[in-house]
Amino acid sequence: IGHPEIFPLVFTTKTQEIFNCRVDEDVTEENCFKLIKKEDIIQDLKTRATISDFHPIKKVVLEYPGEELLVVFDAKFQYGQNFYFVASEEAKENLLKRPETAEEKEGEKEEENREETLEIHPYKPPVHKPWVSLGSEKEVEEESVKDTVIKIKYMISRVRKKFGAPITFTDKNASHVKDSYFECTSYQDKTFSIKILEKDVGIQMVPKVKEASTQTKWTYPKNAATQYFPRQLSNEEKEESLSSEKLKEFLTSVHLRMEIALQQNEIMNAFFDDWKALAEDENSSGGKPDVYLKAYQSFTDLRYFKNRTISCVCWHPTIYGIIAVSARDQLSYKEQVNLSDKSLLQQSVILFWSFFDSMHPQLLLECPEDIFCFQFSPSDPSIIAGGCINGQVVLWDISQHEEKLQNAKTVADGIKITAVNTVNASILNILQYIYMSGGKNGTEPTLVRYCAVSSIQYSHKKPVTDIHWLPDYFEDNQMAATFDKRAETRVQLVTCSPDCSVLFWNIPATKLPEQLSSEKVREGEIFDMPPDVPDTFKHLNLCWKPLVKMYPYCFPEKVQSLNTLEVPTKESPYTEMSNSSSKNLKVLQSISTDFFVGTEDGEIIYSDWKMEIESDSAKPHTQKDTIHTETINTLQRSPFFKDIILSVGGRNFAIWKEGVTNGPILQSSCSAGRNTAGHWSLTRPGVFFIGRDDGNIDIWDLLKKTHEPSHFQNISESMITFISPWTASSKQHFLAVSDDLGVLHVLEICQTLSHPSRNE
Amino acid sequence: AEVEETLKRIQAHRGVVATMVVNAEGIPIRTTLDNSTTVQYAGLLHQLTMKARSTVRDIDPQNDLTFLRIRSKKHEIMVAPDKEYLLIVIQNPCE
Repeated sequence: IGHPEIFPLVFTTKTQEIFNCRVDEDVTEENCFKLIKKEDIIQDLKTRATISDFHPIKKVVLEYPGEELLVVFDAKFQYGQNFYFVASEEAKENLLKRPETAEEKEGEKEEENREETLEIHPYKPPVHKPWVSLGSEKEVEEESVKDTVIKIKYMISRVRKKFGAPITFTDKNASHVKDSYFECTSYQDKTFSIKILEKDVGIQMVPKVKEASTQTKWTYPKNAATQYFPRQLSNEEKEESLSSEKLKEFLTSVHLRMEIALQQNEIMNAFFDDWKALAEDENSSGGKPDVYLKAYQSFTDLRYFKNRTISCVCWHPTIYGIIAVSARDQLSYKEQVNLSDKSLLQQSVILFWSFFDSMHPQLLLECPEDIFCFQFSPSDPSIIAGGCINGQVVLWDISQHEEKLQNAKTVADGIKITAVNTVNASILNILQYIYMSGGKNGTEPTLVRYCAVSSIQYSHKKPVTDIHWLPDYFEDNQMAATFDKRAETRVQLVTCSPDCSVLFWNIPATKLPEQLSSEKVREGEIFDMPPDVPDTFKHLNLCWKPLVKMYPYCFPEKVQSLNTLEVPTKESPYTEMSNSSSKNLKVLQSISTDFFVGTEDGEIIYSDWKMEIESDSAKPHTQKDTIHTETINTLQRSPFFKDIILSVGGRNFAIWKEGVTNGPILQSSCSAGRNTAGHWSLTRPGVFFIGRDDGNIDIWDLLKKTHEPSHFQNISESMITFISPWTASSKQHFLAVSDDLGVLHVLEICQTLSHPSRNE
Repeated sequence: AEVEETLKRIQAHRGVVATMVVNAEGIPIRTTLDNSTTVQYAGLLHQLTMKARSTVRDIDPQNDLTFLRIRSKKHEIMVAPDKEYLLIVIQNPCE
């Protein structure tokens, strides 16, 4: 409302009392106006200067034009105080009048007004008052719209008849008439001729995907080899286990079963195949009708062996098909005794025959005298030792001709003719042939001279009847004890002769280049060696002495044949001779040194050559057995049983066993003819061959018949002098039989005789 | 001890070539042969015995191996198995 003339006042009770406007007494809500004289207010102002309630409005009061001032009681605190003072006349008038028209009571003036208005007013028409301009008409003028320009009026008329008349339309080409139409031709607006040089283009980036695959080689470690060794318990652990209780219990529970099983095996062999065993016997008995000894070849030489008897036959130990034959004169008994008077009519040789050349001997070994017996050295097949008829021992070395012997096959292909050297050996072949090896040309077989001959004074006085090589184990030195020298071994010979002696010979080393010359000088040879003779035993020549000389048993007996024991030998070459033979020797107790000797009178002596130093006489345990009435010509150990001996002599033969002293274990009955030779079979333990004086060979098979020969076969007309079997291969078994006429027959032993049956 | 006696008795049977006692792992405890042969026999026979025992038990779980005999051309090998030990005897049959 904004009443600038209203001034709120606070009337204290004192003021109210003074001016008689005490609340709720003089002035009430309805009667809220109070007129106060101006002089009173000024009076109050003067008396109560600042304390007066009118003090704030003192100025207004003084300037008030009227006489009376209106003070209004503000019960509702309209203006903030309980009283307010109206400062202007007009407002006073308004206020006073207003309540006049309202239902409230008015003050003094109002009373007057009211009285006036409550009366009935006569109707007065409104009186025109002069209008007072307040400036509003200007505004109206401005806003009103007025015509600025005078409107022009036109009047158009037309003849009335033309209204509504029919109209005819005609066509007209618009282009004929100029300006009849208006066109807007299109034109290239320059504003639009800009070339688009740049254009925004959307691009999407996509990775280029390509599928690829590779194959890799996966190397993985793989076990190529494993090396392992077995776990073993230490000794303590073993001891501990052995003494543990568990082991005891185990053994008590187990040993019964084991013993039952062992016993079962002892009683019988449950897996023995009777049927198969039967079949084998069948095979052997089915071969009966075969001829037992097939004639394979026979060799004879007219030149050398005329009227001579073959004394000894030996197979070459290593080369196939080579057999050596020695011959001597046929002598009657009387002449044999007086051998010393005999003169050499013919050169005596040992012939080497080869299977492949039956006409010509391969090799000739020259002998000083007739050879009674000879042997190849078991350790070196090119050394041959022979015993002569005058008691000497001869050595040959054929190592130079070994190759020729081995190539004997080629010789048979052709023969070369030479004019000079050809003797009346019948050569009809004219084929030219060139020898592979050197040596003498022509058909003349090579003549090999002997390398060494024992000294005459130390040899036997009578013919050497038997000669054997001793196995390499032994060495008899002066002390006559047998030693076993493994590192330095020598090869030794044993010879026996009817002069009652058994001689042990020692062959010392051969390769002594330094000593050779000195030995040469020392020995003082009597005759020169031909240049092509190897000097293998040069140092022995003519001064070869036997190591030990033995006179077994009694003097009257004459030693005829000898057989030594067979002990497995070791191959060893000749070694150096050393005088100090006592080093590295150990005396052997275990090898038996017994031997058998057969005599001319038919006695068999079994004795031991290990002699004590003190006693030179024969040991008491030699034994002598007399069965044979005549000279024993063969005494041989069985190749299968070391203690079984076969002795052949006179009219009967016997089989002895070492240790059985009271007699032979088998003795044959007296046969019609004399048995002249005998030999065990090499492959069958129960078979042996006996040669007789009528040219028959008796084959004895002890498993079949023990009272008579299982088979006999006639070989030649004359007496059989020597039998020697040989196993060339598993299929070929030969038997070389020599007879009195100088013919050597080689026979092939058939299967049944050569292959042992089971468990023989 | 008794152990020695029993083993000697077994060894003294006719034809017996060798006797061996082997523990459960195949390590020989007592033998009459040389070491390398023993070790070889022990290893091989131990495995074979295990195999034989498992065969027997596979067929019938109530059953168990009591004795194993291997007959060869040259001799017969006999194995007596137990929970912890094996007794191996090699014998040449009667002929």
